[in-house]
Amino acid sequence: MGMKPPFEKVVADHGGTVLRVCRVLLGSHDADDAWSETFVSALRAYPELPETANVEAWLVTIAHRKAIDVLRAATRGPLPTEQLSEAPTGLGVPGAGDPDLWQFVRRLPDRQRQAVAYHYVAGLPYAEIAEIIGGTVDAARRAAADGIKNLRNNYPGANPRGDHHE
Amino acid sequence: MSDIRPDGTTDILSAPVDAETMNRLHRRLVHQAEQERLLDVAYTVVDSPLGRLLLAATPRGLVRVAYASEEHDQVLDTLAQKLSPRILRAPQRLDVVARELEEYFAKHRQVFDVPLDLSLSHGFRQLVQQHLPEIGYGQTRSYRQVAELVGNPNAVRAVGTACATNPLPVVIPCHRVLRADGSLGGYIGGAAAKATLLNLEAA
Repeated sequence: MGMKPPFEKVVADHGGTVLRVCRVLLGSHDADDAWSETFVSALRAYPELPETANVEAWLVTIAHRKAIDVLRAATRGPLPTEQLSEAPTGLGVPGAGDPDLWQFVRRLPDRQRQAVAYHYVAGLPYAEIAEIIGGTVDAARRAAADGIKNLRNNYPGANPRGDHHE
Repeated sequence: MSDIRPDGTTDILSAPVDAETMNRLHRRLVHQAEQERLLDVAYTVVDSPLGRLLLAATPRGLVRVAYASEEHDQVLDTLAQKLSPRILRAPQRLDVVARELEEYFAKHRQVFDVPLDLSLSHGFRQLVQQHLPEIGYGQTRSYRQVAELVGNPNAVRAVGTACATNPLPVVIPCHRVLRADGSLGGYIGGAAAKATLLNLEAA
């Protein structure tokens, strides 16, 4: 055991990024569940994590698996929900409720959506992304580029905040 | 059109998460961690007349009380190394001791009755720390008297070390141990904190 920080610091440093990744992968409501499962799993495994590990890449790898689990469960049948999804506050989440962009994100092929999340949201290098989603580094780079191009062609990104209602 | 420089699209995807959402997810994580017995160390920070106190507990009991002068971040780093890095800010586990400390500082309480976890100390030091609560509220003993109390009258210096390394100041009353001439002696929270506690109990 050396200088591994308290897990609280891991949550503080990476919690926001992992939630944004989960939102791109799953949409807003399922993202909360995937986030929770990711951090419970991470807390369980944390003592065994090598000190030299890239913590954010490790968390994104766990989130990737949890998101796949959530999507698989969703295709088997509707998930029981505790309550209606929490209303987006809009507070400090500019455009998070923007329905157009998120619909396009949802329609992206899985690998493109994953590559966009891991590169543009988590900021991981393509070598790490290839490790997570499989395939070559070039394929990961192409998936991210195609994904972001698809979004841009379908979404007026220069106009990030429209007058949309929920 | 084919550049991949960040723009409005990636800005929205990367929009910051609001604090209330993170707080809600954090509470949910603490709850699940407790249920699955993954929360090895819970901590909180409370205000007191002696400044901000860090309180940390394992499932067995209160394991650490730390003054701000000890640098709370460093104390947590040490707990991560010596006990477990599965540490979360989880005030609920500290509710009872936080309330008892408030009562103590308000002079409505003389004895703490929360479970203690002395796993940060060992051997003779732990033995001394186990006996310190026998010195009642408002009383004092010399280092020599404490050495006699634990059945090792020659271990005066080791008693001093045991007091200086007390992981649970205030709750384990090492502030009630003074030099034989009545002068304060050292204290982990500083001489002023020791004097404040003694005055509080004497009044």
